[in-house]
Amino acid sequence: MTSPPSAHDKENCREIFAGLSAYLDAELTPEARRELEEHLCDCPPCMAFLESLRRTVDLCRGFQSDAEPSPLKPEERERLLAACMKTLAARRGV
Amino acid sequence: MGARKASAGKAEEVELARRLGAGDLTAFDRFVESFRSRLFQYSLMVCGHHEDAEEVSQEALLKVFENFGQLRDPESVRAWVFRIARNACLMKRRKSVFAPVQELSLDELMPAPGQAGGERKIEIADWSGLPETEVLRGELRQALADAIGGLPDIYRSVLMLRDVEELSTGETAGILEVSEDVVKTRLHRARLAVRRSLDAYLRGTAN
Repeated sequence: MTSPPSAHDKENCREIFAGLSAYLDAELTPEARRELEEHLCDCPPCMAFLESLRRTVDLCRGFQSDAEPSPLKPEERERLLAACMKTLAARRGV
Repeated sequence: MGARKASAGKAEEVELARRLGAGDLTAFDRFVESFRSRLFQYSLMVCGHHEDAEEVSQEALLKVFENFGQLRDPESVRAWVFRIARNACLMKRRKSVFAPVQELSLDELMPAPGQAGGERKIEIADWSGLPETEVLRGELRQALADAIGGLPDIYRSVLMLRDVEELSTGETAGILEVSEDVVKTRLHRARLAVRRSLDAYLRGTAN
């Protein structure tokens, strides 16, 4: 899986691309991880790609759009609270 | 991009669920505040309509409280809530469930190699200018929303649960009723597709 320095080859790198999320999520076997890291050391384009993928995942964590829900209406809160109290009462056998 | 304005972290959610389960109603408002925001954002990205998201998040919360007695383990409250939300979204979705499933292929998501000084190299935008943490510029936030929103349904569902809501592979597989291997495959392709969209956005802003 190792490649000559700076030689980004589509065939050689396809396997690397397939395993990048598993690498980021620490789901690769130790052997697969070692092979991938060896490739990355010799392949700056794949390393740059991995970093952009890592940033993508970071940006997605906790992402929320600009849209906000409307404020909770008092009657909606009461409905939720009533359901909650009923469930808890049933649990206590009241 | 981390902190949400109203949402609790996982540890606080677990504590709130534990207190509510023990009959402590002082946890009610904070629980609602936290999950209402999360559920709205999830429903908006999955359903795609603001009005639907309002309705679905409210319906999901109601079901959460109606079924609170079924939550066996407070540690899994987030996954349990999102299982309910996912079902509420399925009921609401305007798209036909018979619409063909759009697949993303790994080859399509690989960056195209270009030429630089006679040497093959892949072309990647400059990501170094992106903010490191929470506060995304409005345009970038919108670009990310568009990228996630543009994913085919089966990939968006996985990315929302695994990366946005930070559920585990097993929890996500359970909610979506697919195997863990399917979750991993779809998550990788979803990330690659979002990365590609953001890369295109960054190239555009650099010009």
